[in-house]
Amino acid sequence: MKASLAGDAAAHRTLLNRLSVNLRAYYKTRLARIGRSATEAEDLTQEALMAIHTRRHTYDPAEALTPWVYAIARYKLIDHLRHTRSSMTDLPIEDAEEFMAQDDYAGTESANDMTRLLSGLPDKMRRAIQAVKLDGLSVVEAASQCGMSESAVKVNVHRGLKALVASIAREKRI
Amino acid sequence: MKTEDLISMLSTNVEVVDHRRVGRNIAMAVAAGAAVAVATVFFVLGPRAGLSTAGTFVPSLLKVAFTLIILVPASIYLVRLTRPGGERRSSVALVALPFIAVMLLVALSLGFAPGSHWKGTILSDEWLECVISIPLIAIVPFAVIIWAVRQMAPTDLARTGAFAGLVAGCLSATGYALHCADDSVPFFAMWYGGTIALCTYAGWKLGPKLLRW
Repeated sequence: MKASLAGDAAAHRTLLNRLSVNLRAYYKTRLARIGRSATEAEDLTQEALMAIHTRRHTYDPAEALTPWVYAIARYKLIDHLRHTRSSMTDLPIEDAEEFMAQDDYAGTESANDMTRLLSGLPDKMRRAIQAVKLDGLSVVEAASQCGMSESAVKVNVHRGLKALVASIAREKRI
Repeated sequence: MKTEDLISMLSTNVEVVDHRRVGRNIAMAVAAGAAVAVATVFFVLGPRAGLSTAGTFVPSLLKVAFTLIILVPASIYLVRLTRPGGERRSSVALVALPFIAVMLLVALSLGFAPGSHWKGTILSDEWLECVISIPLIAIVPFAVIIWAVRQMAPTDLARTGAFAGLVAGCLSATGYALHCADDSVPFFAMWYGGTIALCTYAGWKLGPKLLRW
């Protein structure tokens, strides 16, 4: 996680991959208990991953990682249940250990469609995310390709990711 | 969308982030809120007459000190609350303690005053102005603090909102203390304490709506 905060892409990927396994297991167990589908669990896994990514500055490296991730996972689950109008199951705050249980099944696709979500973004954000996040260009390359300044690319990527998270949340409420 | 696709998207060109931003941004928001509150009092209400003389300066300073005793721990706790799981790391009681201590002190001094004086000191000429001004002045600091907290990730929205309200109320009361000409302790306890509690309650109610992420 510390390497992720320092901008190490490979470390960040490894971290997100590992956490996605924990998150999936957590959401699947919780949602299966109240009769919800695996797709829904996958939606939540992705939402939590995005939250972990876009709010990673709120992690304090002096603290343990698991409680931080678990707090986000639990928050997203409660938020999800509240907004999909289900009976609130009791979610104890103490089961951080159980959260480390693993489930390797990664085959389920979520209902989020990245292409469709991206098309809903303002043009600048969409192009910046396409170049930097999907095509893997460096910020300098993306800047010349999109005809924006480097800082504009960074700002648009940042805002775009936030807008994506927001549009996922919006779709859920409809 | 497959989760692995999302992960590869998120982990392409990862930006460096600064975890110290949390404390710094909240501190900046509180400072900005304080500046707004004091500026509002100075330019809209005007400082009380003779603020530079010892006779009025000392009691004003005491009132400011009392609000700061509540403000400082509340701000520190607010920073903790803006991190996921922060609500588990300290108890509310610890932070409410200064507030309760100040109120107890006041209640004690009130107990020594003869009962017939109560009405005169609590319901002095200024109480209505105080009750209206403090919540009104608190609005802008509250908005600034909420805006800063929204950049973070609080997981207990009601409590975080309440503390944002408490901090904003304290900032507003601190500013108002420079205007208010009533130095009697019961007055301070009743109307300052009451309005700060009101701001906290408003924050508690608004938190889940304003802070959701």
